[in-house]
Amino acid sequence: MAGIVGTLATAAIACAALALAGYAAPNWLVLVATLAFSKGLVALGIVALMRGGLVSFGQGTFYCAGAYAAGMAMRSLGIGDATVLVALGAIAGLILGVIIAPLLAGYRGIFFATLTLALSMIVYGILNKTYSLGGSDGLNLHAPTFFGYHPPRSQDASYALFLFTSLVTVVAAALCRIHFDSVRGLLSLAARDNEIRVEYLGASVRWVNGINFVIAAVLGGVGGALSALSLGHIDPDFAFWATSGEFVFLAILSGYVSVTAVFVAAILLELVRSFSSQYFPNTWQGALGVFLLLIILFLPGGLGSLALRLRPSGAKPVQASADKSE
Amino acid sequence: MTALLETIGLQKAFGAVVAASDISVAVQRGQRLGLIGNNGAGKTTFVNIVTGHLKPDAGRVMLDGKNITGLAPRQVRRDGVSRSFQIPQLFTSLTLEQNLLMALAILREEGLSSWRSARSDARMAELDDLLDRFSLRPYRAQTIAVLPGGVRKLVDVAMAVTHQPKLLLLDEPTSGVAVEEKFPLMDVIMHAIEGTEATVLFVEHDMDIIGRYADRVLAFYAGRIIADGKPAAVLSNEEVQRYVTGGAA
Repeated sequence: MAGIVGTLATAAIACAALALAGYAAPNWLVLVATLAFSKGLVALGIVALMRGGLVSFGQGTFYCAGAYAAGMAMRSLGIGDATVLVALGAIAGLILGVIIAPLLAGYRGIFFATLTLALSMIVYGILNKTYSLGGSDGLNLHAPTFFGYHPPRSQDASYALFLFTSLVTVVAAALCRIHFDSVRGLLSLAARDNEIRVEYLGASVRWVNGINFVIAAVLGGVGGALSALSLGHIDPDFAFWATSGEFVFLAILSGYVSVTAVFVAAILLELVRSFSSQYFPNTWQGALGVFLLLIILFLPGGLGSLALRLRPSGAKPVQASADKSE
Repeated sequence: MTALLETIGLQKAFGAVVAASDISVAVQRGQRLGLIGNNGAGKTTFVNIVTGHLKPDAGRVMLDGKNITGLAPRQVRRDGVSRSFQIPQLFTSLTLEQNLLMALAILREEGLSSWRSARSDARMAELDDLLDRFSLRPYRAQTIAVLPGGVRKLVDVAMAVTHQPKLLLLDEPTSGVAVEEKFPLMDVIMHAIEGTEATVLFVEHDMDIIGRYADRVLAFYAGRIIADGKPAAVLSNEEVQRYVTGGAA
């Protein structure tokens, strides 16, 4: 219980700090951070899967489902409130996750990764040819309201969306931290190590992976809805394999140890992308590749493991206790 | 009195190799049953069938009067059958403490939780008890990957004895352990099990271990049971000496 209280207290402080930082930051940085948090949520879902030993190359499916659910609700039903739209994104991810999880929970390794990738590409193909959903051009969205409040200026709207995204992100991150430290969260790490023993202790690895998959799907849906509101546009590229690959990139960059690291990695990546595409428009993907290579070579546990390395040796837990690092 | 474990006509073949041929055994509560036999004699197949890892081609496994034949290992575990492994099956990247916490947490009546911490006060108290019973306290914070083989064996058994199993199957608990450590290891295991209700079946190649810790012995050969009885009687059996012990009684 003390752990949960500590996590919630940290979350409250993080919310306040982000609100202040967003207020002081230039508008371009607020926009970058909003998008980074949205994508970080999707990557956090992959981290949940990674803790159980699985990597999904198809989180674009849920990212896209969340975005289109929010977009269609806005265009067809006239719903403009960000809270409702993000909730719809989460529900879309949940429904898809609950349907797909039982089909994929029995697969491991490259088979799981490939099947998730295949699903996302099917969705991509369907969306490209579904003209009622905008086809390959996608849909444009207008700025959302926030509990009935309609920000008067575009700068206010950016800040309001940043605040809302930060709140959703911090709540999701806190819930994930609590889950990761729980019995079921620890069981994911155990299942990654030795499925046979988990089964002989009386638990179902299929069930563990299935739940992680649904969590990842919901986070994907939420991230998709927030991205759609942030960009003001949705298109089938949300489900494209390169988009899913970007989330995997983020998850590898952050590692599965720390929840905070996922969002730090997301902001880093968005900043690198923004500056690189401005100054090195034709080579920035190469720079990202080198960056990832360096991380894998010198920081295989991701950015999250850096916190463990920097601790004084007396206070340093063994690497395997890393699930308590925050 | 009904037997705790009863196997009736178990059959299992892997292609042309018969691993279990009409294995019918009744094990009474509280017995310490040693299983002996050469490699490939069918001991581990028997353990694997009882624990749900293998489904027999024919025959039944009854636990406390309930048919558990073909149930998955996790279901068999929930019915009270637990096991350790010849090669310890542990969570090697986790600490010893986390391994034991997993074993303690999984079968709780309240079920698995996504909210409750794995480190509740009650569970930490159970963990302390387990660490003391198996003399594992000095290794508590170490990852399994860096622990010596004998300690891993103890962790493997300690994980199996959580939640008071009715039937505990130990697959070669002293294999891979230095000769001089075998008896101390078995002493720790048997001492830790004392006071539990568990009936114990253990697979063993060392006849000295069998002689000291078993009160009944089953000798396997080519998928059959060739002798069943008190250790002294089984180890002096002519067939056992010919096919299993090579004359060493």
